[in-house]
Amino acid sequence: MTLRVVHYINQFYAGIGGEEKADHQPELREGIVGPGTGLNAAFGGEAEIVATVICGDGFYGEHTDEARAKCLEMVKAQKPDLFVAGPAFNAGRYGFACGDIAATVAAELGIPTVTSMYQENPGVELYSKKTYIVPCADSARGMGKALPVIAKLGLKLAKGEAMGPAREEGYIHRGMRKSFFHEKSGAERAVEMLLKKLRGEEFRTEYEMPTFKKIPPAAPVKDLKHAKIALVTSGGIVPAGNPDRIRVSSAESYGEYDISALDNLTPENYESIHGGYDRQWANIDPDVVVPLDIMRELEKEGVFGKLHDKFYTTTGTGTAVAFAEKFGREIGEKLKKANVDAVILTST
Amino acid sequence: MRLELHKVHIKGLDFAETTHVKDGVLYVNKEEAEALIAEDRNFSKVSIDFARPGEKTRIIPVKDAVEPRVKIGKGNYFPGFMAPMGKAGEGDTLVLDGAAVVTCGPIVAFQEGFIDMSGPAAPYSPFSETYNIVLSVEPVDDLEKHLYETSLREAGLKLAVYLARRADENGAKADEVTVFEKGDTFEENAKYPDLPKVVYVCMNITQGLLHDTYLYAADLRPSLPTLIHPNEVLDGAMVSGNCVSACDKNTTWHHCHNPIVQALYARHGKELNFLGVIPTQESTILDGKIRASQMNLSIARQLGADGVIVSEEGYGNPDTDLCLNAKNFEKAGIKAVLVSDESAGTDGASQSLADATPELTGFISTGNVNEMIEVPAMDKVIGYPESIAVLSGGAEESLRPDGSMYVELQSIIASTAEIGFNKLGCEWV
Amino acid sequence: MTREIENAAGVPVVQIATIVPIMLTVGANRIVPGVAIPHPTGKPELGEEVDRAARKELIMRAFHAMTTPITEQTIFEKN
Repeated sequence: MTLRVVHYINQFYAGIGGEEKADHQPELREGIVGPGTGLNAAFGGEAEIVATVICGDGFYGEHTDEARAKCLEMVKAQKPDLFVAGPAFNAGRYGFACGDIAATVAAELGIPTVTSMYQENPGVELYSKKTYIVPCADSARGMGKALPVIAKLGLKLAKGEAMGPAREEGYIHRGMRKSFFHEKSGAERAVEMLLKKLRGEEFRTEYEMPTFKKIPPAAPVKDLKHAKIALVTSGGIVPAGNPDRIRVSSAESYGEYDISALDNLTPENYESIHGGYDRQWANIDPDVVVPLDIMRELEKEGVFGKLHDKFYTTTGTGTAVAFAEKFGREIGEKLKKANVDAVILTST
Repeated sequence: MRLELHKVHIKGLDFAETTHVKDGVLYVNKEEAEALIAEDRNFSKVSIDFARPGEKTRIIPVKDAVEPRVKIGKGNYFPGFMAPMGKAGEGDTLVLDGAAVVTCGPIVAFQEGFIDMSGPAAPYSPFSETYNIVLSVEPVDDLEKHLYETSLREAGLKLAVYLARRADENGAKADEVTVFEKGDTFEENAKYPDLPKVVYVCMNITQGLLHDTYLYAADLRPSLPTLIHPNEVLDGAMVSGNCVSACDKNTTWHHCHNPIVQALYARHGKELNFLGVIPTQESTILDGKIRASQMNLSIARQLGADGVIVSEEGYGNPDTDLCLNAKNFEKAGIKAVLVSDESAGTDGASQSLADATPELTGFISTGNVNEMIEVPAMDKVIGYPESIAVLSGGAEESLRPDGSMYVELQSIIASTAEIGFNKLGCEWV
Repeated sequence: MTREIENAAGVPVVQIATIVPIMLTVGANRIVPGVAIPHPTGKPELGEEVDRAARKELIMRAFHAMTTPITEQTIFEKN
C-alpha cells in the first residue's frame, strides 16, 4: 500500500510570489506542487504526496491561530499517513510556520511529521522537541541533499519502524536521551576513547556537558543598614496546604507570598512539599530552609534595612532548566520594580 | 604477578547426591548446600532453586550475584571472608564459568532488583545468560538490618565457594585457562617506555547500609583510596555489599569480571601500559568527595600516569565525585574518560547528571536508569514479587494483578552497570 | 534561578546551599555553603540554641557576601 503524504510549503515555493504575496491565505491543492516533485521522487514509490497545503509566511506569522486551524483542517481531511513541511532553509518565518504546523499535526492527528530547516533557523529552537527536523543548508541550494533524508526519515516513521539516534538517522535531536545497544561494551568503548584522547585523535563523547551561562557578579550592597533584602527559595517551602498547587518535583510554577505579618515560619503556617529530600526537619521548623525568624530579629536590631514583604518559592528537584531560568527572570524583574537591594536564595 | 583462571564451562544445572561438575553440568547436593547456609542462625529458612537461561523465571528481589570460585587445592576464596586474610591475584583459581550464585530474600533496603531469565528484560542483565543457583533466605524475626545484610552477603560468598570447592574436590577439569600476568610498575615501565601509562579508578558506593563495598573484607567507607594490582580485582579482592540502585550496582560477580580491567589488560604492552587499579570512595559529604578525588590524583601522578579511566557506581550525588575526578585529572594534564549511566527521567528529557564540569570531555554512557520497560508475567517467580512496589525504579502500581510489570530500567540488576559490562548506552533522539 | 534573578534585578544574590560544585556549575556568583541538603540554614538535630546560632551565622555570612565586591564566582566559607 502506498503511504499518503500531505506536504506543506509557503507561497514562494508554490510559485505564487515573494514578499508581496506573503499574506496568501491557506490553500489546498491536490497532488504535488513545487519542491514536492523532488520529495515525491525521493519516496521511491513507497509513499505519494496526495495534496499540498500552501500558506503565505506573513499570514501564518501574523494570524497564527487562524492559519494553524485552517491548515490543520485541510491536512486532516486528507487522512495522511505522514506530514512533511518545507524545507524552510534559513527563512525565519517559513521555519516558524513549518515547525508550528508540523508540531500541531503531530499533536492533534497523532501522525508522524517531518520538517527541515537550517540549524540556526529560529524554528529549530522552537519546535525541535515537537517534530522531527532534518538539518539542511541555509538556502535552496541544499534542496537536493535534504529531500532524500526527509523522505527516508518520513518513510521510517510512517511505517512505524524503530527510530535510531539523531546522529545516525540525520535529524536534529529533540533533547531526549534514549538507551540503545551498541556493538561494543561500555568498557571497550571507554578504552578506545582513552587511546584516541592519548594519541590526540578526534573522539566523540557520548554526552556533551550542558553549558550553563555565567554572568559578571552584581555590584555589592553599599549600605546594609538601609538595604531592602528579599528571601527566595527552591526548597519547596509553601503556605500550609500548598494553595497554588506547586508541584513536589519538576515544578512548572513558583509562588509569591506576603510574609509582612509573619515573624517566624512554623508548621502551622508553612510546610515543605519538596520531593527531593527528607522533609522531617523542614516540617518541624521551615526556618531551617527559609531563615525568616533570624531575618526578622536582625531587621529589628537594625543590622539591615528591611525585609521585602514578598517571598518567592518553588521546588528545585527535577525542575527543567528552562523553567528555572524563566522563574529567575520573572522574580528578578519583580524584585527590581520593588527596589530590592539584595537577595538571599536558599536551596536544598 | 601471575593469575591463572581455570574455567570450567557450565552449561546446565541439576540436583544430585554429590555436588560436582560433569560434562558441563553443575550438580548440586541440595541438602548439603542448604544445611551449610542454614548454619547461620540469622536465617529461619534457606532454600536453593535454579534459574536457567531462557526459562520463564523471575528472581526478585536480588541482592548480589557471585561467581562460584575457589583456589585450586586450597578450598577457599575471597580473602577475609571465605579464605584466611591474605593476598588475592596469584596462583590457580577454579572458576565455574557461566554459573552464578544469586542471593534473594526479603528486602534489606529499597535497592535490590530483579532478574528475568527471558523476555524483554533479559537482554539488559548478564544474569539472564548465566546458570543461576538462587539462594533464597528468610531472616529470623526482628533481625537488625545491618546484621541481615552481612549474613546475606556472606551466605552468597559461602555458597559460591562451596560449589567450586566441591567441584574441585570431585575432579572438575578446566575447559579453558586464562592467564593474567604483569610485573610491577617499574618492570613494566622499563619494558614499555614508549607506551602511554594508564590507571583505572574504580569508584565505589560507600554510603552506609546497602551502600558499601569491601576490599579485602575492609569496608571502603572509612578507608582512603589505594592502589592495587589488576590481578587482585580479578581474583576476589573486592566484594559488593550494596545495591545502589539495582541497575548500577557492581555485583561481586562484576568485580571479578571487571571489564575495564580486562579491556586494559588486553592492550597492555601493545597500545598502553596498564599501571594498576585505584579503588576509591563516594562519600556523603563534600570534604570526603574532595579528599578522595585529590588522593586518586595523587596516586596517579606518583605513578606518572598519562591517562585514566574512571567508573562511577550509583547516580545522583556521586555525579559530583565523577566531575571532581574529571576536573582534577584533566587539570593535571592526565587524559580522562569517565563511565557513568544517566538519570535523564522517564522521557529522557531531564539533565542526565546531577553535576557537570567542562573538563568532562570524554564520557561513556551506560544507559538511562529511568527509561521505562514493560515486562510480562513469568511462569515461575523465585522470591517476593510484591517487593517491586518499594524498590527504586518500581512503584505501588508497577506490579499488575496478572504478574506483568511496568518499571524503570533501574530495577533490573546490572542493567546500566557503570563498569561498562553491557553494550547499552544513551544517544540523543 | 540565582543567575537569572541577579541578571534581571541587577542586585547581588547570595545562594545558600550544600553541594557547592552544583552552585558553581549553574553560575551562582556569591555562594555560602549550607549545612546539609534537608536543612541548609540550620542544625535542628543539635537543639534549638545551636540551630538558631548556626542560622544567624549563615545569614551574617550572607550579609558579608552581598556587601563584598567580587569579580568572579566566590565561595564565602566560615572564618
